[in-house]
Parts: sequence; C-alpha cells; structure tokens
Amino acid sequence: MREVAVVGVGLTKFGERWDTSFRNLFVEAGAKAVEDAGMSGDQIDEMFVGNMSGGRFVLQEHIGALIADHAGLTKNHIPATRVEAACASGGLAFRQAYTTVASGMQDIVIAGGVEKMTDVGGSETTDALAGAADREWEGLAGATFPGLYAMIATDYMNRYGLTREQLAMVSVKNHRNGVHNPIAQYRKEITVEDVMRSTLVADPLRLLDCSPVTDGAAAVILCPMEMARKFTDTPVKVLASSQASDTISLHDRRDFSTLDASVAAGRRAFKQASLTPKDIDLVEVHDCFTIAELCAIEDLGFCVKGEAGKLTEDGQTAIGGSIPVNTSGGLKSCGHPVGATGIKQVCEIVSQLRGEAVGRQVDAEIGMTHNVGGTGATVVCNILGV
Amino acid sequence: MSVPRYWRKQQNRYNLKGNYCETCGRYFFPPRVLCPDCRRDGKIVDYEFSGNGTVRTFSIIRTASDDYDLQTPYAIAIIELEEGTCMTAQVICEPDEISIGMPVKRVFRKIFSEGDSGVIVYGTKFVPA
Ligand SMILES: CC(C)(COP(=O)(O)OP(=O)(O)OC[C@H]1O[C@@H](n2cnc3c(N)ncnc32)[C@H](O)[C@@H]1OP(=O)(O)O)[C@@H](O)C(=O)NCCC(=O)NCCS
Ligand SMILES: [Zn+2]
Repeated sequence: MREVAVVGVGLTKFGERWDTSFRNLFVEAGAKAVEDAGMSGDQIDEMFVGNMSGGRFVLQEHIGALIADHAGLTKNHIPATRVEAACASGGLAFRQAYTTVASGMQDIVIAGGVEKMTDVGGSETTDALAGAADREWEGLAGATFPGLYAMIATDYMNRYGLTREQLAMVSVKNHRNGVHNPIAQYRKEITVEDVMRSTLVADPLRLLDCSPVTDGAAAVILCPMEMARKFTDTPVKVLASSQASDTISLHDRRDFSTLDASVAAGRRAFKQASLTPKDIDLVEVHDCFTIAELCAIEDLGFCVKGEAGKLTEDGQTAIGGSIPVNTSGGLKSCGHPVGATGIKQVCEIVSQLRGEAVGRQVDAEIGMTHNVGGTGATVVCNILGV
Repeated sequence: MSVPRYWRKQQNRYNLKGNYCETCGRYFFPPRVLCPDCRRDGKIVDYEFSGNGTVRTFSIIRTASDDYDLQTPYAIAIIELEEGTCMTAQVICEPDEISIGMPVKRVFRKIFSEGDSGVIVYGTKFVPA
C-alpha cells in the first residue's frame, strides 16, 4: 500500500442555506478544495461523494453523476460514485478515496460529502433521519432518531451516575469552540442553564443536546504522499483509515452504552498507525447528541467507561485540556449536514495540523476523526499526522 | 409505507411471532432467516413469544414525525422479553410512570394511522404488568 496525503480541503458555510442548492453547495466545497491544492480539475482521476438521503431531502438520486457534471468533471468522464452509510456517509467517502489511492488504482481522488436538509419540513426531516436506524422494527414502533440516542442516555445515566449537568457541559464546550469556526451554524456561547431550560425533544435529551438540521458540503483531495509536495508545502499524512459495522438496531446490541463498532474501528486505526490514544493530540468525534460524544471518548479509549462526564466537567476535553474534543464546534454547534460531516471532521484536523485554526488552534501533530452512522451500525475512524 | 410491507409482517407485528435457532438456542424478534451466530449450521424454528418482559431503557418522545405527532408525549422502550431477546416498542403509561426494570406485558394496539389515507396500522405495544 502507498502512503497517502491530504493536499486540499474545502468547506461551505454550514447552516440554513436557502440561498443555494444541493448541487451548488457541493460545487462550492469542491472548487475550494481544488483551489487549496493548487491544482486543476483536469488532474482529478476519480470522485466519491458521501450523501445520506438526496432522495428524501431533495428528491434526487444519481448523485455521483449530478455532482461530477456540475463540478465540470464529466469532461474527462471520470468515475464518480455516491456512497451512503447514513450520518457516516462522508467518512465512507473518505475511506473509499483513501483505499483507491493507497492501492495504486488512482493518483488524485476527491472525497466529498453534501446534504441539503432544510428544503423539506421538520416532520419530514425527522422521518428521513429515522431511516438511519431500523425503519421496520425501531422507526415503525415510534422511535425517532433522537429517541434512540435518548435511550442510550437513559441507560448510561442509570449505570454510571452521569448527571444531567455533565451532559449539558458537552454542548456548552462545543458551542464555545464553534464561536471561533467561521463556517459554524451556531456561533454563540450557551450556558448549562440554557441547555437545561431548552425544550425536551426525547427525555432526557433537550433541544440543545441535539445536533441541528443543516445544509452544507465539504471536500478533500487525496494523492500519494510522494506526489504531495507538488501541490502543497503542508501535506497531511493519512496514518490510518478504518471502518466497522454492528447491528442496525440498538435493541440488538450487547451493551446499549458502548458502540462496539467505535471500539473496533478505533482499535483498527490505532493498530494501523502503530499508535495509542495517548499519542492523539486532538479528536473530532461524532456528537450528534451530547451523550454520543461521551460514549465516543470512552469507546475510542481516551478514558474508561463512565468517566467521560467527569473528564468533560474537569475541562480536559476543552481546548487547552489533555485531549481537546471537537475544536470545530462538533456536530452540535458547527451543524450536521449528515453526508458532509465525516469530511468536515477531516477538514478540521487538517486545519489544526497546518496551524490554520485561528482562534481555536491546538498545538498538534496527530489528530483523529470518528464518524458514526445510525446509532453505531457503521463507524469510520481516521488518524492524520504531520 | 406500502400496504404489502405491513401485511407481510402482520403475524409478527400482531402476535409477536418470531423464531429461534435450535442449534444455539438464541431467540429472534423480529424473526431472522439466518442465525447470525451459526449461519448455515443454524436451524431456525418458528416461535410465538409470551409477551412478558422488562424495560431495559426508555425515553419519552416529545417531537415525532407527522404520523405519530398526535400521540406525543409517548414512552418508547427497549424491552427484554423473558426469552432473552430485546425489542423496541411503546409502553402505554404516564411519562413519569415508566422506569428501568419495570415488568411489562404485550397488548394489541393501533400503532398509527397513515398520512391522508388514514390506513390504520396495528401492532404490539406494552402495558405495565
Ligand atoms: C432537535 C430538533 C428536533 C429541533 O428541531 P425544531 O424543534 O424544529 O427546532 P426549530 O427549528 O423550531 O428551532 C427552534 C430554535 O432553536 C434553534 N435551534 C434549533 N436546533 C438547534 C440546535 N440543535 N442547537 C442550537 N439551536 C438550535 C433554531 O435556530 C430556532 O431558533 P430561533 O427560534 O431563534 O429561530 C432538530 O434539530 C433535530 O431533529 N435534530 C436532530 C438531527 C438529527 O437527528 N441528526 C442526525 C444525527 S446523526
Ligand atoms: Zn444459532
């Protein structure tokens, strides 16, 4: 396998983007990534696009071709493929691009993600997102997607004595980080009281425990390490990329508060990179709900089960702490355009490792990403380094 | 969802009909055609669950999609059936009545009526035992 580097990143502003369309969102992110890599679109050999539900959100399928067309990449008729694993679709696109370059199949590959979620109403969004879990045996029973994570939270709080306030602190910390991220959807600080007073969505989770509904796109460009310096002075090396699966339904899991796919993907990534959690300087984890960030920190091995609430309360996951988590603002404050999130996480780590994360910069040489599909049926982890 | 999609699983939804693997003794609800542990060595046999179980974890749903909106707030739970398998279902009780470890039993109920057509979908919910 060849060594692979990220040589370009591009992001759109995340939020309610009434001003722009599904396809234009992607073109904006893709063009920025090509620009950042200082290359021409003609040099791109292949493209992977992560997208969860173009079919439900904008009634559009055949997204690989649509995006390639509007990005001006059909001129050379390059292969363009949409990949899907619910909220981990972006992570999957990255990993497909990585294996394509590492294997020697192609040299320059673009991995992107896009979701346009606000063109449909709130009820339809909730219904579409329920498709990330088992539609027939969870969704049909009346379990919403936030409801499933709420059941993880109920189990966790009961077993490990996590307090409601500690849960809120995850959101407070991520909003504080998001203030410094120019693309973030909600660039405002919030307090523990704000979280505790926000509307209940699915007990014990409240509105400010939930990632929002977001439009946005992200793209990165990968090439073999040996070619990387042709495009940039600051290539970021992909030290590992791993993926794992688990049961689609939460009720079939061995342990509701442990995402076994996170544990497996994390271990595989550390093994591939010959590293341990202690070597990681910062991590972007999948905080689709506050409880998910706590599970992720533990499942990846940054602390033992049941301790992540305390770690958060002690400020260890904040910028300046022992393991900064979600410097981008996470899904919570940055926003969660489901198909784009996995790529956005990589963009954040690249900015940090290049020293370009103004206002939220961490002293870092090695960063990690963790992207979850559904309630943990797919997990993708990547480790990046300079 | 289309009518055939409900109809196909009607017996399972109405009467908690699942199955189990004779080779390893594991029970399945919803039914599986393949035992994930034994795969081709497994022998799958039909089984109707007693419907007695306990609440393992739960939530109260306050924001739902349109089809379920009129029912909010409602309790959703993961229920461990006495045969050892877990399923997701609603528990009919007051929001503050449900707790982890609470014994429940199955009942036949309306799940929701679909969209404008108003087709009623029935299935299994639980009540405190
Ligand atoms: C939590 C949720 C149900 C809220 O939706 P809603 O009830 O329709 O909320 P509204 O859009 O009416 O927002 C109410 C207000 O809160 C704000 N808001 C909404 N969600 C927010 C969030 N997550 N964080 C901060 N503010 C938020 C809105 O901007 C709005 O503010 P305004 O009144 O000043 O305009 C919805 O965001 C949701 O479903 N989130 C989960 C998404 C999800 O499951 N993603 C997949 C995970 S992998
Ligand atoms: Zn078996």
